[in-house]
Amino acid sequence: MLKCKFDVKGLDLYYSDFQALKKVDLEMSENEIMAFIGPSGCGKSTFLRTLNRMNDIVEGCRIEGKILLDGKDIYAKNVDVNQLRKRVGMVFQKPNPFPQSVYDNIAYGPITHGIRKKTDLDEIVEKALKDAAIWEEVKDRLRKSALGLSGGQQQRLCIARALAVEPEILLMDEPTSALDPVSTGTIEDLMVELREKYTIIIVTHNMQQATRISDKTAFFLMGEVIEYGKTIDIFSNPKHKRTENYITGRFG
Amino acid sequence: MRNVKDRLRAWDFKEILAVWVFRICACGSIAAIALICLFLFLGGGPAIIEIGLTNFLFGRSWAPLNIPAEFGVLPMIAGSVYITVGAVIIGVPIGIFTAVFLAFMCPKKLHKLLKPIINLLAGIPSVVYGFFGMRAIVPVIRNISLALTDGGSGASILSASVLLGIMILPTIIAISESSIRAISKEYYEGALALGASHVRSVFFVVVPAAKSGILASVVLGIGRAVGETMAVVMVAGNQAMIPIFPEGIFRGGRSLTANIVLEMAYATDLHRDALIATAIVLFCFIFLINIIFTFLVRKDKN
Repeated sequence: MLKCKFDVKGLDLYYSDFQALKKVDLEMSENEIMAFIGPSGCGKSTFLRTLNRMNDIVEGCRIEGKILLDGKDIYAKNVDVNQLRKRVGMVFQKPNPFPQSVYDNIAYGPITHGIRKKTDLDEIVEKALKDAAIWEEVKDRLRKSALGLSGGQQQRLCIARALAVEPEILLMDEPTSALDPVSTGTIEDLMVELREKYTIIIVTHNMQQATRISDKTAFFLMGEVIEYGKTIDIFSNPKHKRTENYITGRFG
Repeated sequence: MRNVKDRLRAWDFKEILAVWVFRICACGSIAAIALICLFLFLGGGPAIIEIGLTNFLFGRSWAPLNIPAEFGVLPMIAGSVYITVGAVIIGVPIGIFTAVFLAFMCPKKLHKLLKPIINLLAGIPSVVYGFFGMRAIVPVIRNISLALTDGGSGASILSASVLLGIMILPTIIAISESSIRAISKEYYEGALALGASHVRSVFFVVVPAAKSGILASVVLGIGRAVGETMAVVMVAGNQAMIPIFPEGIFRGGRSLTANIVLEMAYATDLHRDALIATAIVLFCFIFLINIIFTFLVRKDKN
């Protein structure tokens, strides 16, 4: 039995008057890849962003219910949000490297968290880039702008940037939707490798992707989790009619 | 058949007419610049030749009524540089921090109140600024000057710098704010997601990303400070002396613009032409600043 990382209990989320999530109950375990699928606007990205409290910056957003990380409520009053985001890293849909050099992109996180020694930083940067399988491509151009990289390279750089602060969990919001199939394949392979060390939670519109890489899948619809369980069960033997309709492409 | 042809011809005529109207309008502004250049260089050029370029640019004494008259604009160049540098030191940090505040830290309601006020700041006539400077800034600087050095009337380089520092704020704030806002929110979110605080995300990711826009705002502010005349004349003291740092900033100084406006009314012959030559120097300064601005904006686009 894998150790439970995130335990979400009865989560409601409102944007002002609109309820975007309804009574979400989910468990996410260590060293697993969990995929969220569902049509656009179903709340899966919103849910992902509650896990590292990125929704805090959205005006009028409030939540009810509990999200426990290693048994502790991440919305409790005494939680340091910055420390939480260090533990729970995030990769966005559109690659968003900072308009700085490759090196500075990776070093930004560690520097933020107090690492100043040049030799330590060099080591972290190299390790993060290696872990994200992009070291060979950028090692000769660490001082050049990260914006000169291709889209797929930029996304792997963003993964490296997230890894550099040594998170326990990696949230990925449709990380390959802006990329070509070859880059997508590279990043999928990378995710499978990263599973050994991290808990990965991914939002995807691509159901083949979910079947290829994830251990568990949750199907979202209109802010609710309709069905959740082992990926193989969800796709081969869905319990709910609506899940079946979605994965067979009859709507959404 | 003929009917259609006629109509086509009529349409052609309108089209051609419209193109020419636009063309003439466009030529108008180019002609204005060309005429200004022509006037400046025809009017001031002979004076520079007569005085001698080095005597004119590096002469330390401006005494047009002496016999023989002396026409050195170095004191005015120094005055303009001092005043402008001072204005930049005072105005740029305040302007940039205000822009960051407006873009990232200001509640929406406060923004609605502040933004029009800052725009209003840009619309106040410079003579009103000058008056404010005379009544509010000069006395304060006089007290500081008396305390730190052994004299000074308050009408000084420093007073002009403080006043200009305020006057360039709207330019710097408006352009910096819009360039900071133009930086995509993804950078900000990317930094937050790494565990950086709000302030750290803004200052170490968003602001550096907007740096060429911010630099452009500073350059435009410098342009405004160099060209400002009325407000400077009213608070700077206007003595044609080279200021010596540091006490010099508490003493009077004269800018290039002030030199022209103060003496043009009674100047004749070579004196008058030397003032036009002063305008050439000013023109070169502004031209240089515009080139830097264009360069920065172009670099931003790339």
